[in-house]
Amino acid sequence: MSKTITIDPVTRIEGHSKITIHLNDEGEVEDARFHVTQFRGFEKFTEGRPFYEMPSITARICGICPVSHLLASAKACDELLAVRIPPAAERLRRVLHMGQTIQSHALSFFHLSAPDILLGMDADPARRHILGLAESHPEIARDGVWLRMFGQQIIEWLAGKRVHPAWAVPGGVSSPLTADARDRILEMIPRGFDIAQRAIDLFRSAIDQFQKEIDVFANFPTHFLSLTTREGGLELYDGNLRVTDPQRRVVADQLDPSCYDEHIGEAVEPWTYLKMPYYKPLGYPGGIYRVGPLARLNNADRCGTPRADEALEDFRKLANGAVLSSFHYHYARLVEIVFALEQVEKLLNDPDSLNPRVRADAGPNRQEGIGVAEAPRGTLIHHYRINDEGLITWANLIIATGHNNLAMNRGIVQTAKAFVNGSRLTEGSLNRVEAVIRCYDPCLSCSTHALGQMALRIQLLDTRGRVIDEKCRD
Amino acid sequence: MNEQLRLTIDDREITAQANQTILEVARENEIPIPTLCFLEGLSGAGSCRLCLVEVRGVPRFLSSCVTRVSEGMNVTTDSPKLASYRRMILELLLAERNHICAFCVSSGNCELQDLAQELGVTHVNYPYRFPSYDVDASHERFVYDPNRCVMCTRCARACGEVEGAHTWDVMGRGVHSFMITDLNQAWGDSSTCTSCGKCVQACPTGALAEKGRSTGEMKRSAGFLSKLSSMRNCGR
Repeated sequence: MSKTITIDPVTRIEGHSKITIHLNDEGEVEDARFHVTQFRGFEKFTEGRPFYEMPSITARICGICPVSHLLASAKACDELLAVRIPPAAERLRRVLHMGQTIQSHALSFFHLSAPDILLGMDADPARRHILGLAESHPEIARDGVWLRMFGQQIIEWLAGKRVHPAWAVPGGVSSPLTADARDRILEMIPRGFDIAQRAIDLFRSAIDQFQKEIDVFANFPTHFLSLTTREGGLELYDGNLRVTDPQRRVVADQLDPSCYDEHIGEAVEPWTYLKMPYYKPLGYPGGIYRVGPLARLNNADRCGTPRADEALEDFRKLANGAVLSSFHYHYARLVEIVFALEQVEKLLNDPDSLNPRVRADAGPNRQEGIGVAEAPRGTLIHHYRINDEGLITWANLIIATGHNNLAMNRGIVQTAKAFVNGSRLTEGSLNRVEAVIRCYDPCLSCSTHALGQMALRIQLLDTRGRVIDEKCRD
Repeated sequence: MNEQLRLTIDDREITAQANQTILEVARENEIPIPTLCFLEGLSGAGSCRLCLVEVRGVPRFLSSCVTRVSEGMNVTTDSPKLASYRRMILELLLAERNHICAFCVSSGNCELQDLAQELGVTHVNYPYRFPSYDVDASHERFVYDPNRCVMCTRCARACGEVEGAHTWDVMGRGVHSFMITDLNQAWGDSSTCTSCGKCVQACPTGALAEKGRSTGEMKRSAGFLSKLSSMRNCGR
């Protein structure tokens, strides 16, 4: 008799979800689904608000990556003003963005995923968390906490507060950087490099123990989408869209991000609140693609900074074409931390970083604006339309986790097939199914722009949809 | 010359002039009384009731901003009962419209927010009404968000008493009362508005703001209203 296994809630991710694993009559995994069970509706309730409130409103979508929403939104608003922001403002926005990339990647790697990697997928769940890590590997836990603090500190020194700053505004930023804050940030960078390098060494030394996970953690050919610079380099704040295939061949390049809807479609499934974006030329669901650190490194020709380029060279050795295993999202995150640290150093060492001219003043001059940035989890798109008075009439947000939805679903099918047998759920198999989701570092609060509780449930269902086994975590 | 009289406020014996309000005398003597609808330079409205005080021998609380002092009056400005009433008033104000500080232009410079913090309003015990009023962004320089209005009428008094334009007024009654421009026309279409901005400076919350201001960027200074008011009165 066929059955379904449900994991509800999924733990150590940002947001609320459950996983169902469907078994056939022989007790083998036939299908699996990642259900996002929260709904928020930002696109609807922002209608009628003045457009210049959007950066602050949409930043509240997320407590982990508010800066990404703030920046994508501010960029969309720059378009509505029809201005080019002062160069110093762009420089400071980039530093802010790098601060967030560092803190968010540090959170994902050290706090959420390192317990799986260092303590083992089958370790006791009562100890398989950051506090367990602090007991068994205190140095690594300390490194993670420090690195995240540093990213948050950059945000605070620039923007006034660590979570939900309102500093990026339409036309630039609201205040310039002080020399004191710049110096304090620069002083801390060397320790950041040391930590990032230690983390890379640690990850590389652990790879061999996870060969099976690498093979089946969402390891399949897909396309990849990300921004790149005009020269094809790694870019997180601006640039144009690039799509590559599983062989790392560029299939579309320098796509204007404001034409995203010509290339990306959004499908809806009745069993999840999270939409299913797909690459239009390949249709749905064939147009599956991935975004985020793995996609960015697969897409970029180079990082453009020496230490990160060195790390990228080693990363490339993992595969002949594109690196396809989602397990390596972790590795890609570490390379990006190095890149972000180098970027902060480079941007702040330019004397223009202290330029007090950081804001362009204008009223609404266009009725449609699109802002695209690479959030830590991938390409983030904010698209607004306003009326003559500057009030929002329509908004569309496509969030990184959304882009990865098809790939996350396919990933759990692959992992469940490899690790789940029969109708009995073991702790290790359950954790591996969750861990494949964790690779993507999904932010479900962001992706559904939603409200709700957090965590994961796994259910085992039979062919008639009856629950035959269930594991729940809160 | 006004008649001098003596009264007691919070057990302090105080000399005052007969035409003064309890609030004026209290402030002159550095006795704090919370206010919201009161603004120096404008007439008293007594509408928010936050400045309620107890007067011995009077069976109900009185608004200190509109109650004149009298000989031998014994006033208490703070008591557990007054504090609970003031908190209740603030909670009702917060529940009536959409006062969401997170993305408000006036966050950090808002009298409602300051009062809620000062008076210890940590929760609202009434169901929120969540009204959905349209934002009026038709004016070239200013924006009116009725969702953040507390109906203090400071804008209407600044406009009528100091600027002399009387663009702002109140429409409707009770919980449905609403600040309007002219005869409930779009602000941008008002034929009386001089675009002086006094209403914006007088507003205690984020209901009236300069356009384009981001979160927390609307800083106000309404001190000039009392000076303008005295100058107007000198001329009369």
